[in-house]
Amino acid sequence: MGDVHIVGAGIHPFGRHDGKTGLDQGVFAVQEALADAGVDWSDIQFAFGGSSAAGNADAVLPRMGLTGVQFINVANGCATGGSAILSGYWAIKSGEFDLGLVVGFDKHPRGAFNADPEEWGLPSWYGEAGMMLTTQFFAMKIQRYMGLHGIGAETLGRVAEKAFRNGAKTPHAWRREPVGLNVIMNSDMISDPLTKYMFCAPAEGGAALILASDRKMRELGLAGPKIRGAAVRTRVNGSFEVFSPSLEIDRGPSPTEIASKAAYEMAGLGPADIDVIQIQDTESGAEIMHMAENGFCAHGEQEKLIRDGVTALGGAMPINTDGGCLACGEPVGASGLRQVYENVQQLRGRAEGRGVEGARIGYSQVYGAPGLSAVAILEA
Amino acid sequence: MVDGAPRLLGGRRKRDGKYAFPLPQGAQGADYEVVDLASEGTLWSYTVQRFRPKTPYAGPGDDRNFQPYAVGYVELPGQIIVESHIRVDDFNALKLGMPVRLTLIPFRDEPDGTQVMIYGFEPAGAGQGQSGQGGAQQEANRHG
Repeated sequence: MGDVHIVGAGIHPFGRHDGKTGLDQGVFAVQEALADAGVDWSDIQFAFGGSSAAGNADAVLPRMGLTGVQFINVANGCATGGSAILSGYWAIKSGEFDLGLVVGFDKHPRGAFNADPEEWGLPSWYGEAGMMLTTQFFAMKIQRYMGLHGIGAETLGRVAEKAFRNGAKTPHAWRREPVGLNVIMNSDMISDPLTKYMFCAPAEGGAALILASDRKMRELGLAGPKIRGAAVRTRVNGSFEVFSPSLEIDRGPSPTEIASKAAYEMAGLGPADIDVIQIQDTESGAEIMHMAENGFCAHGEQEKLIRDGVTALGGAMPINTDGGCLACGEPVGASGLRQVYENVQQLRGRAEGRGVEGARIGYSQVYGAPGLSAVAILEA
Repeated sequence: MVDGAPRLLGGRRKRDGKYAFPLPQGAQGADYEVVDLASEGTLWSYTVQRFRPKTPYAGPGDDRNFQPYAVGYVELPGQIIVESHIRVDDFNALKLGMPVRLTLIPFRDEPDGTQVMIYGFEPAGAGQGQSGQGGAQQEANRHG
């Protein structure tokens, strides 16, 4: 069976865009991706799309043209984008299709997400008592991790500092001004140990990819990175996830650990082979924990690696080269696709001002509620 | 309440003895027997809620007079880890592994004057700082 390639990638800058709907931003990204690949909308044989708060993704159809194309809406929490890519990958890998679109967009209200306990199968008192907040979960997960592995608060600050530094070099980022470590450390405490600048914010944006079979790519004279591995995994017993009134004492692996392992296996690659990395950084602590959960270091090694600049641009293990969620914000439906978009730019040598020289293998991982993770590994 | 002391109710699954909290209700409840959860445990993790949550939060006051509160996970030995409000005089006193015990914390006052209480945990007593540190260390070793 032939390989699957990403022959086009488009993005609508992330951030806040008054007067533009989420759908507008999705359509923009699709048009950019088509133009990047140099193919027409009428050539697209299938599409997978997702949006969490901006309506149905297939609402792009009347805007793009009603060609009768197979369009399937994907809803898989924070891993919606990652799930859409995987679906597109299989559609081509199975031999049924040769050319397709993956799209994600979103537009969230300002401020932290507020969840309805009943939608999660939880009693209403859990929400009323003020314990059902994603911010608390992230804070408690990293609080324990820092205690167990001897990581200090300044490391959280350095992750955010790097994110804004990288965001400043990225046209599609939202936060495009560097922020100093002191400002980050002394900004409002949101949920200890995490300050305001250590959290990403819900945002807006759109991203789209054009996938093609080996055969189609050659037939049309196109080029683009190959998808070497892709996997989505959900939580297992003993995983610490958001909105948990209780946890089991026996701890288990995280969904990221098992998705990562599956993707490496599929790719026939390991962490040492990766040149450029995009990992979920909902807040600074998530990037730290995900470094280890994706196999890039042992638990507890992060502090030294981050202090030594190993994860910065120019370091041996550049992470979140476009500023990640911290600098781009998190439009849920588009977030995982943004990571892949950034890896495509890196592997094609188009990430001007933030390029990782000679990068051949790119890794991306998106994680979110209710406990799932999606990984994609690309080869230039 | 048992002998004047609060108790937290949980469920134990009949099939395999696995603990659950809160006690499963409805159709799922038939699989569980009701058990008293331990009223003493150790702090597994914690944070401080520094801004007033949006709805469905039903705590007292509004954004202007919001009082930050601590929440955490408490490991009840041999049973389960439960999420809870944590009452401390000084948020800096919160430490992984510190011994805590179950208590009732005033949550808000209803218009008719009724005081709504919520379950919570508080430090289990003075002079526990040392063993709290030891607990965290033990945790670290077990994890590593």
